[in-house]
Amino acid sequence: MLRPLIASSVLGAAIGSVLAASVLFARAEATPGTVFIDNFIFNPKGLTVKAGTTVTWTNRDDIVHGIAASNNAFKKSPAMDTDDSYSFTFTTPGTYQYFCYLHPQMVGSIVVEATTGSNATQ
Amino acid sequence: MSEFDHRDGVSRRKVLECMTWCGTGVLWTISGGVPHSLGIMGEAQAAETKGLTFLQISDSHVGFDKPANPNALGTLEEAIKKVSALPQKPAFMIHTGDITHLSKEKEFDDADHIISQSRLDVHYVPGEHDFVDTDRKIYQERYGRAAKGHGWYSFDANGVHFIGLVNTFDLKAGGLGNLGTEQLEWLEHDVKGRSASTPIVLFAHIPLWTVYQDWGWGTDDSAQALSYLKKFGSVTVLNGHIHQVMQKVEGNVTFHTARSTAFPQPAPGTAPSPGPMKVPEDQLRKMLGIANVNFKQNEQRLAIVDSPLQG
Ligand SMILES: [Cu+2]
Repeated sequence: MLRPLIASSVLGAAIGSVLAASVLFARAEATPGTVFIDNFIFNPKGLTVKAGTTVTWTNRDDIVHGIAASNNAFKKSPAMDTDDSYSFTFTTPGTYQYFCYLHPQMVGSIVVEATTGSNATQ
Repeated sequence: MSEFDHRDGVSRRKVLECMTWCGTGVLWTISGGVPHSLGIMGEAQAAETKGLTFLQISDSHVGFDKPANPNALGTLEEAIKKVSALPQKPAFMIHTGDITHLSKEKEFDDADHIISQSRLDVHYVPGEHDFVDTDRKIYQERYGRAAKGHGWYSFDANGVHFIGLVNTFDLKAGGLGNLGTEQLEWLEHDVKGRSASTPIVLFAHIPLWTVYQDWGWGTDDSAQALSYLKKFGSVTVLNGHIHQVMQKVEGNVTFHTARSTAFPQPAPGTAPSPGPMKVPEDQLRKMLGIANVNFKQNEQRLAIVDSPLQG
């Protein structure tokens, strides 16, 4: 099964590995983004991060969720069971709308801002 | 609901009782195009049936192991044992989706192993949980080889025309269930030219009527689908997804949802989310079950009996 490198290191891993991976993220990224899923809601629903930030979604519901960009702008997550996480590193500034591909009434967005010194827009 | 009262003599209270107490076991009898509930499953079986009897099971979620039911495979097995013990063998079974929880090969294998013990032909439609493998192809390979598109098809049995639809594949951000243009065109063509007296049974995973918009319990383009069925005197719509019994009658169309064999979900708006509902251990099997559907040719009466695993 093909998965993004970072996601596969987190998904289905033992708790120790999850913590280790989180530490890695913290070192690699100045402002890691975190989105939790509780009661079929993305929290925060809208998240603004700097380009280069790795955003990690964690499912804290007792049911499966899955992350997909509304226009396929980033790679969709595998099915996320309880306590599974999925991460994606946003390098290109822009607004990314996404939803749960099992429960499409669940929607959220990631706004990626250019880092200082870059004029990149989308 | 009021149509139900004066057309068929089934009181509103009776229907509500059914919504409260009946399981997923549903027995239908068709009468003048309007479904009539015969009551509990045992009562319905006592009545002489010469037409067609089939079963509906739904939402087996094989692989689910959370507190709401740590052994979803076990309760599926209990449901199938109930099916095998029926005094009158049904013609076949329909499964209205969410066979598995995570679309894993092993989950499909486990489900098949248990369901095949019923020794009945099973007509499946997929739930959204059956499409979460990376390439979204396992369901199709196993159940949809002879079907169109992502798994829709129709067949005839005892003069009743059955249509299995897929509203869980092409879900749109912010939307509900979705059938899509290709499937709608196929449906329009499929029913064209059929006699208006042909009883129609339409089945799909997500309800083809809006049960509760906030929780996504509906299908965006279901009105379009139903518009193709206006001329038919008897249309019965059987769905799953919401893990509880709901029924509504609108003109010639009866809508019904079946229970899950895996875990219950809350009534619309009664919980923060539609997620699995944890109930006391001794209550669980009263909220899971199967459905028995019965079509009597001469009486033209369609009856659904929902029957819980227990109580
Ligand atoms: Cu979801």
